[in-house]
Amino acid sequence: MNMLQVSVWRGGGDGEYRSYEVPRQESQSVLDVVTYIQRNIDATLSYRFACRVGMCGACAMTVNGVARWTCRTHVAKVDQGGAIQIAPLANLPVVKDLVSDMREFFDKWARARGQFAPRATRKDAFARVASDSPGRLAADAGIECIGCGVCYASCDVVSWNPDYLGPAALNRAWTLVNDVRDGARRERLAAVAGDAGCHACHTHLSCSERCPKSIAPTASIAGLKRAVAIAAWKGEL
Amino acid sequence: MKNDFRARNHPAWWAFLLHRLSGLALSLFLPFHFWALGQAFQGEARLDKLLVWTEQPLVKFAELGVILLLAAHLTGGLRLLALEFLPWRGWQKTLLAWAAGAALAAGLAFALAL
Repeated sequence: MNMLQVSVWRGGGDGEYRSYEVPRQESQSVLDVVTYIQRNIDATLSYRFACRVGMCGACAMTVNGVARWTCRTHVAKVDQGGAIQIAPLANLPVVKDLVSDMREFFDKWARARGQFAPRATRKDAFARVASDSPGRLAADAGIECIGCGVCYASCDVVSWNPDYLGPAALNRAWTLVNDVRDGARRERLAAVAGDAGCHACHTHLSCSERCPKSIAPTASIAGLKRAVAIAAWKGEL
Repeated sequence: MKNDFRARNHPAWWAFLLHRLSGLALSLFLPFHFWALGQAFQGEARLDKLLVWTEQPLVKFAELGVILLLAAHLTGGLRLLALEFLPWRGWQKTLLAWAAGAALAAGLAFALAL
């Protein structure tokens, strides 16, 4: 039988790679490989997944050094001479094996004021937002983010400056800055204007390169830079 | 866990590295450039002596390197400005190719004029 040599990170942050042999199958995803190891070789292997079809983002891991959704990555695409290496997402603490601690990632969404702050009350009429309005189009470009952490794990600035809010949180802030129903624009721009905010981005484009949803957080961050500069110019910040 | 070179192996990251390294190299060259210009203050003969020295083939060849660095840094900077200020989607790789092409063309134009 054709076997795949799989190197899997085991343990916490100070763990190590351990090797496994997994039968190669047609249309096999990397998530299938991890599941095979846990069900047939070592039941103590920890990993995270939910939908298996690229909707939840829970199964994001580092495959051959690149952050990916394992459910949507065919082994055939990443196989290097019959071998693959699987590790937890970079730039996040390791809980155990392939499970990374996402707390800091989501805390940064809150720090970037990623919460919608409604302008209206339930007594007001529904807001009407034209689908072709510039704000709506700008929000649309970034709104499909499902928070998988692939961009955050791929970002060098996060590695260099652990306080950096990161591409996903800033992308979220940008979608809200363009939401005409939102009432916290000034506070949000102030939240993303600091040293760890949008201006820390070095435009490596790793986030845009790796995003499985083909979102370009770099474009959102560039938008925030412009919005912050204009607000500062007008004395609003 | 930290990323290694595999996470960075894509055109935009290489463009960043080239822009950063060319900037650092130019900043090392800049003091020499100002020193050379400063020779004019010491009199015409001093400057002429330096200009004659720069006609040597090896110095001319090194000049080609400086032109390439300048062109790469300039086009890389224009690319960054376009990314920051223009509405873009999907064509950033084309922009990279333009930046690299323009830098190379500037270097070759100088080389042909040697």
